[in-house]
Amino acid sequence: MSLSLKEVEHIARLARLELTEDEKERYRVQLSAILEHVARLQELDTASIPPTTSIFGGDSPLRADQPRPGLTPEALLANAPEQEKSQFKIPPVFE
Amino acid sequence: MSLTDLSLPQAQSLLQKGELSSRELTQAHLERIAALDGEIHAFLHVDAEAALAQAGEADRMRRVGATHASPLLGIPLAVKDVLTVEGMPCTCGSKILEGYRPPFTATAVQKLKDAGMVILGKTNTDEFAMGSSTENSAYGVTHNPWNFDHVPGGSSGGSAAAVAARMSPLALGSDTGGSVRQPASFCGVTGLKPTYGRVSRYGLVAYGSSLDSVGAFGRSAREVGELFAAMAGHDPLDATSQDVPLPALDWRLNGERPLGGVRIGVPKEYFIDGIQAEVENAVRAAIAQMESLGAEIHPVSLAHTQFALPVYYLIAPAEASANLARFDGIRYGPRVSGQTMWDVFTKTRGEKFGDEATRRIMLGTYALSAGYYDAFYGQAQKVRTLIKRDFEQVFEQVDAIACPVAPTTAFKIGAHGDDPLAMYLEDVFSLPANLAGVPGLAFPVGFDGAGLPIGMQLMGPHFGEAGLLRMAHAYQQATDWHLMKAEMGQR
Repeated sequence: MSLSLKEVEHIARLARLELTEDEKERYRVQLSAILEHVARLQELDTASIPPTTSIFGGDSPLRADQPRPGLTPEALLANAPEQEKSQFKIPPVFE
Repeated sequence: MSLTDLSLPQAQSLLQKGELSSRELTQAHLERIAALDGEIHAFLHVDAEAALAQAGEADRMRRVGATHASPLLGIPLAVKDVLTVEGMPCTCGSKILEGYRPPFTATAVQKLKDAGMVILGKTNTDEFAMGSSTENSAYGVTHNPWNFDHVPGGSSGGSAAAVAARMSPLALGSDTGGSVRQPASFCGVTGLKPTYGRVSRYGLVAYGSSLDSVGAFGRSAREVGELFAAMAGHDPLDATSQDVPLPALDWRLNGERPLGGVRIGVPKEYFIDGIQAEVENAVRAAIAQMESLGAEIHPVSLAHTQFALPVYYLIAPAEASANLARFDGIRYGPRVSGQTMWDVFTKTRGEKFGDEATRRIMLGTYALSAGYYDAFYGQAQKVRTLIKRDFEQVFEQVDAIACPVAPTTAFKIGAHGDDPLAMYLEDVFSLPANLAGVPGLAFPVGFDGAGLPIGMQLMGPHFGEAGLLRMAHAYQQATDWHLMKAEMGQR
């Protein structure tokens, strides 16, 4: 199953990846080969089989809604590429 | 005999008797790292000062007679660089986390620190644990101590090499598709992938959240078992962590047939054409050895084994595409600047992720995208159920499954060039355990003609680590593959 360049560009957009033209072609070829291989799953009739989303299933465990100590703003900002006034500084979201 | 040649029980005995200090033991390992790691490159970060301080603290606690001291007090440990340790960098083998210093410590590591273990440093890994050779690390490949031109396996290649080269007696890794068991096999050490949920994933940077587990490396099943026991247990910080008590590990063996009553299954789907002949022979010989120790050997079938690879290479990348979305140049790691936030995202991620991580993100994004979700991800989840059921059915008949870990011994660095699919095929025997969530224990059972280690794995039912460890321990009491020492400098 072969991916087209347009499909590769669509995936890259969804995944927020800027790729060079060389990379797009290289990944196009490699991903097509991998998808070819995984297509064999279609051989199996799974109509009556439930999906496994998690090994032991079950509901997410809950805890009492009580506040407890967490990380400080200082600790969380320590790795920020850019910060100002205790906030993460980012370029404009909209043009 | 060098201090780094001491087995864990030997070191523990000398420490307890006061004939050896943790500072001396730690210093010996730091010196060995300094002497060898320039060539092996198992470590990405070593903090000698902090390690010696921790060792000194362990010695002080022992002197004041800490009565409930853990048997791991003062023992050195290497930690795969996908587990956070406050005060040390965490790169996950990626440029996108270059310079990142986590403000928290992984629960598994914290438990071992609380037990008094001495953290030597962080070990090399394929980027975000994606790979089978450690060649995908953005910080250089690790070399196999048994032959420097060969890979140590992956993704926990640094930890496996560190233990094999005796730079650390014990090490932590992570196993999502075989990343503890396969490097253990390639490096001639013992490696445990616990049951999913047995060890907290809090602080393990997520790759495939339904597949990831923290694993343990050591030079014997006994040593690995002690490390595992100290870090296993329920953790409220990991919503998938299971609350199942760990049985006390019993290392006593009875008489000449210590495996009497143990039923071992040999799955036909794991002994197919294409396996390196020496690997198959060594594994079969090990199974025969276990039979002579009293085990009953039964042929079994895991019918959906051939589908494990396509299932894994849809589910793992899908989960990875979600887990790696957080690396965006905004809150941590380097930022490639741009006019808009969109540019920051796309340029940072485009530039800083390596090829394999990029490939898996793209594969996963595609598998989850509108129009393809049911056919790819949905179908993979259903086939995963079939694979899981295969194991559950087989464990109604046998206590453990014995098989190869990988189809080959350690391949040469660069052998798989630019062929990702060829690399994926290395994982065919290790992936199923992650899909089913079952524990797997790899240990050395021989060497090939080129002197490269061969490993075997035992897989068990959920929460059955104790049984696997005992079986491997019995095998290791009767054989000496696990005692062999790599001579450095072989090429």
